[in-house]
Amino acid sequence: MAVISLISTWLIPCFILLVLIVASWKRIPTYEIFVEGGKEGVKMAFTLLPFLVGMIVSISILRASGALDAFVGLLSPLLSYFGVPPDIVPLALVRPISGTAALGVTTEIIDSYGPDSFVGRLASTMQGSTDTTLYILTVYFGAVGIKKMRYALKVGLLADLIGIIASIVIVTIIFGQS
Amino acid sequence: MVNIIWALMAIIGVIYAMINGTMDQVNKALFKSADEAVTISIGLISILVFWLGIMKVAEKAGILHMLARIFRPVVLKLFPDIPKDHPAIGYILSNFTANMFGLGNAATPMGIKAMEQMKQLSGTDTASRSMITFLALNTSSLTIIPTTVIAIRMHYNSASPTEIVGTTIVATVISTLGAIVLDRFFHYRSLRRE
Repeated sequence: MAVISLISTWLIPCFILLVLIVASWKRIPTYEIFVEGGKEGVKMAFTLLPFLVGMIVSISILRASGALDAFVGLLSPLLSYFGVPPDIVPLALVRPISGTAALGVTTEIIDSYGPDSFVGRLASTMQGSTDTTLYILTVYFGAVGIKKMRYALKVGLLADLIGIIASIVIVTIIFGQS
Repeated sequence: MVNIIWALMAIIGVIYAMINGTMDQVNKALFKSADEAVTISIGLISILVFWLGIMKVAEKAGILHMLARIFRPVVLKLFPDIPKDHPAIGYILSNFTANMFGLGNAATPMGIKAMEQMKQLSGTDTASRSMITFLALNTSSLTIIPTTVIAIRMHYNSASPTEIVGTTIVATVISTLGAIVLDRFFHYRSLRRE
């Protein structure tokens, strides 16, 4: 357990260290390249903006009306039986369908419950540990004109389910359900 | 699909508010959350600029290339139908390494190139075994460092925004192994049926 939290704090700084040492060793103009790459980040954030506004507003309406709580309350006895926090259901449903939509839902969950709550940590982990199956299948198969997908969708969705279950188990073990 | 879900959430919300008498809260949430979403998108700039800048340096320094060399034997094992020196292998490796560092935008063009190469190998409009393996790995996510999530956690004043890196890696490894096993299982099942 200690190893996992150690990785969490050390991984990023150590990676930056490695990159900068290797790049300087090879006499690469690090700062100039950094700035060049950083420009893409500005573009990316603005591309995300309308997606986030749309999704966060829509789910906020659902939550503020009380409909989300009612829905979650309905499912909660069944889910609690399996140790699944009901508040995570909206994210689990949206995650395989759209990446930006899921990011919106994750943000909304972190906003409502706090980043250091159990659900907040779980949403953070889940967002990172599976990808958007339907989007990936559409883009990649569409781009090269594949018409028969065979068992691809089945494998993708089942892998998502494994990722969701793994997230719940690992977050419960590391941080405890509170 | 997204369209239906998106519209339905708002539609159900408004109708439920009519019955439940929570229209006032809905009104407030509408404007407050739109405002919030803009603040977050702007806030994401900090991390995205920094991370994409570092990744560009890593790419120029040949670190992504080094990683691709390390993973090459694994990828050859995972894609037994692709000849060893075929260009598809190179594209698959670039796609995987870009994905690992959360460079989704760089990963997609590489992935499409890999798919084109694999289509040339199979020559039909039916998904080949290699294509499905490739997509299974992509859908299970290969992310090691979830930068956007860290940025959002920072925005909401998390005591430790990066504490979820470890759990994300463990969950990613499990879902990726799961994807590989499922992919093999369905492949051999389809062989037996034919």
